[in-house]
Amino acid sequence: MAVQEFLSPKSLSEAQAAFGEGAASSWLAGGTDLLVGIRLGARDPSRVVDLKQIPELTAIEIDDASVRIGAAASAFDVLHNSDVPSLLPGLAEALNLIGSTQITGRCSAGGNLCNASPAADSIPALIANGAQCRILGPEGERVLPVENFVVGPNQNALAPGELLVELILPKPVPGTSDAYLRLTPRTEMDIAVAGAGVSITLDSSGTCTAARVAIGAVAPTALLVEPAGEALVGSPLDQAAMDAAVAAVRAAAKPISDKRGPAQYRTHVVGILVSRAIANAQARIEEAR
Amino acid sequence: MNAYQEFKTIGSRPVRPDGLDKVTGRARYGADLNMQGQLYGHVVRSPHAHAIIESIDCSKALAMEGVLAVMTGDDLVKPGDEMLGSGEGAMALKDFVPMVMSQGKVLFHSQAVAAIAATSPELAAEAARAVEVTYEVLPAVTDVHKALAADAPILHHDRFPDDYPEEPTNLATHISLTVGNPDAAFEGADVIVEQTYSVPMCHQGYIEPHACVARVDITGRTDLWCCTQGHFAVRHFTSAATGIDLGKIKVTPSEIGGGFGGKTTVYIEPLAVVLAQKAGRPVKMVMDRGDVFRATGAAPGAETRVKLGATRDGKLVAVDVDCLMDSGAYNGAPAAFPAYMATACYKFTDARSTGRSVYTNKPKIHAYRAPSIPQVTLGFELAITELAAELGIDPIEFRLMNAVEEGDANMMGAPYKRIGLRECLEVARNHEHYKSPLSEGVGRGVAMGYWINAGMQSSATLNVSSDGHVAVLTGSPDIGGSRASMALMAAEVLGIPFDHVHPEVAPTDSVGHTDVTGGSRTTLATGEAVIRAAENCVAELCRRAAAEWGVEAGVVAWSQGAAHYGEHSLTFHELASRAGNMGGPLTFSSSLNSTSAAPGFAVHICDAEVDKETGRTTIVRYTAIQDAGKAIHPDYVEGQMQGGAVQGIGWALNEEYLYNADGVLQNPGFLDYRIPVASDLPYIDTVIVEVPNPLHPFGVKGVGEVPIVPPMPAIAEAVCQSTGVRFRDLPLNPPKIMAELVDL
Repeated sequence: MAVQEFLSPKSLSEAQAAFGEGAASSWLAGGTDLLVGIRLGARDPSRVVDLKQIPELTAIEIDDASVRIGAAASAFDVLHNSDVPSLLPGLAEALNLIGSTQITGRCSAGGNLCNASPAADSIPALIANGAQCRILGPEGERVLPVENFVVGPNQNALAPGELLVELILPKPVPGTSDAYLRLTPRTEMDIAVAGAGVSITLDSSGTCTAARVAIGAVAPTALLVEPAGEALVGSPLDQAAMDAAVAAVRAAAKPISDKRGPAQYRTHVVGILVSRAIANAQARIEEAR
Repeated sequence: MNAYQEFKTIGSRPVRPDGLDKVTGRARYGADLNMQGQLYGHVVRSPHAHAIIESIDCSKALAMEGVLAVMTGDDLVKPGDEMLGSGEGAMALKDFVPMVMSQGKVLFHSQAVAAIAATSPELAAEAARAVEVTYEVLPAVTDVHKALAADAPILHHDRFPDDYPEEPTNLATHISLTVGNPDAAFEGADVIVEQTYSVPMCHQGYIEPHACVARVDITGRTDLWCCTQGHFAVRHFTSAATGIDLGKIKVTPSEIGGGFGGKTTVYIEPLAVVLAQKAGRPVKMVMDRGDVFRATGAAPGAETRVKLGATRDGKLVAVDVDCLMDSGAYNGAPAAFPAYMATACYKFTDARSTGRSVYTNKPKIHAYRAPSIPQVTLGFELAITELAAELGIDPIEFRLMNAVEEGDANMMGAPYKRIGLRECLEVARNHEHYKSPLSEGVGRGVAMGYWINAGMQSSATLNVSSDGHVAVLTGSPDIGGSRASMALMAAEVLGIPFDHVHPEVAPTDSVGHTDVTGGSRTTLATGEAVIRAAENCVAELCRRAAAEWGVEAGVVAWSQGAAHYGEHSLTFHELASRAGNMGGPLTFSSSLNSTSAAPGFAVHICDAEVDKETGRTTIVRYTAIQDAGKAIHPDYVEGQMQGGAVQGIGWALNEEYLYNADGVLQNPGFLDYRIPVASDLPYIDTVIVEVPNPLHPFGVKGVGEVPIVPPMPAIAEAVCQSTGVRFRDLPLNPPKIMAELVDL
């Protein structure tokens, strides 16, 4: 079976109508996963509904409280937005690592999230930043934290006909920064063997007042590791706190051994990445002061 | 003695004639050709790595509307022991035809078992799924040691190596050469190093998948367009597999998006021809990337045991090297190459050199840039480095103390003529890179390498047009800038501007026989044919000028692009424009079987830094030094040196075929088969050393292959120096290094 219909709705309501019952339909954002899946025979939609002509889905908006990224906004547009890369440098790092320059021109944070790969780069960065998913479906709207949106390898929480509209990230308060690091054998055009996203807030004395730590490629889904964040809060990010955070992520990691790396290696290296990402975020906060 | 001592044109760096088309997308590659009414071929491939085909039922596929032909291995020639081709691509017909399409037994996963021609690619793929094949599945063996075990499944029950005549084994070839008495010589050594080193099976990494279009008329006259390193070889192999007379087949090469040895054979071309013949319509076939990985020939994995003995003062006195190679499903591993060439950089009096290859349920291996020599050189050069360290001698000094020079012989027996290994080592020793201090945590490695370099058959034709421009037709597909080199050489002899020469790669019917672009032979041998054809042109122009002036031809001299005698002169352009009145069209050809090949030597220096917390290696600095004889177009010599170094870096660090226990490839694509990307690499610095080849009119030595020989041992040594851990098994990917640095 090949794709029979390509629809390009101009509004959310048109999109919902176009998608229909959904069984044989697929949403298309950048297509960097969908088209590969179709070619490999892993995906076989008869109807493809493009989302890029819908203004809400490609918008990037910042207000006093939040950063809102349309689910189909390209990584390129996020990376070249006048404010997002400086507000959320770790999220920008993650988006910039997806595929190659050509891929980041098409792919989107929303698509990367919906594809739900355990190794997706943007997901730990979104979780670390406390991102929420605004979802529109036949039954109305709902909001879900990113860490609950992915339910298994390549499985997301969308019901048939539901659409991820936008990602809502709390606007970082002063003294906050984030960072994302991954380990790949190559420098780019590669898939994470392990990934780590962190967001931390430091008070004027350098004491950590808030922290979220998320890890990728070391479990069936990206994980929010709350004990790692808790280990940092209240500390000046000294060695004891860092060691505790590293121990917490290594305890939370449940990697498999596969062609991209053995489990023990992934467990080891995710700890290294978390500790380096915390140091990077700390350096960014200090630099901004 | 070289006939030419001073050069005007060669050695310059003009823009390549094919460059504009390639950067603007006009160049036509294998998959770019389409014909009116063409069908699309699709191959049915085996889901098993080892099986007997019980039946193939194509009736449902053939009944589908739009399916016009099906074929199986029964539609190909039944092969015997006769040999096909020569040089790097040589193989027995029985190791070739079933590799193209199985004839009763499947020996590797994704081996072709049938093929379909239909009116669209989608329909052909759908019809391929409707072909019903029943298999008796056999246990698969993918590891060479398991394949040699007594209880191993046997791939070929009809094969008995010469020295094991009793019962069939999976040993494909075994060659052992001895000079002097190595066992006694080890007794006299002060220091002995004995270690085993391994390199994984590796892909050539060409970006363009195999593609072709075939058309056969009712008399059997066959036209074939394809991407290949040698269209005469394609014609030969396609004739051998299909039984169509060689002379009835015309092959036209497209531009080629990389080959590195991997396109010196055929996979889909005979299938397209048979399908086109059956359907009476042209058939196009394009392999997808997964099939390129799963079903074409890679470079063999190898394990090399090296034992070296030296005296305290640094003389290498005893050598024993034994290289065990993976042949894949058919006899393809050139185990003779490591046996003959492992020791080729070193003086020795007592040495043993052994090569063995073993059948496994993987695709038949094939040529990759200096076939088999990077694998064996990893072991040999690392053992040399370990020996030098034990003796406390600088690794370059130790190599200089033992390096071959003119008059020394390697395992093949013939003494070297003028070679440039010592010159390369001296350049390395004096290079600013080698003298530069190392930053904390960075390690440095040095290694050298040899490749034999081929001569073989080449042809060229020069057609002079009336405006004084010259078309240069050769039969060598241009994979490394050879058009530019051919044009430079013709311009040099004729004394005309480079941009008046128009090089073209001509189809089989339009130029004399030419062996594959491989063996680092094209600039040398095809270049020699171009030089000879241009010299024939000069001789004829001098005769014509002499006739015009009423003098003996022998007194007319050719210089500066004109014939001269006393006050008289006639330029190339004048002679060309008046050709019709002075004897007719100016067309000159030369065909030769070149005997001018000279070996290539290279020395590489690598600085690498290992991240001690993640095991990830960064190549910090890299310098490649190589004797090119004479660099015709230095850009493309440097390009070959850089390309070889980069492929060696990939092989050393991350490239590796990963098979599961059932013989199914786990990483059939460039996402998980990791060739380096640009940002993984430092600038690869190059130094071209020019020690002219006395056998070649311009002093050329082949340059394309030897640059992939030294990288793996140079990088492995740099990693060792960075980490303090001696690694002997490649690839040196982050998990493998990390496992040695901390207790995971």
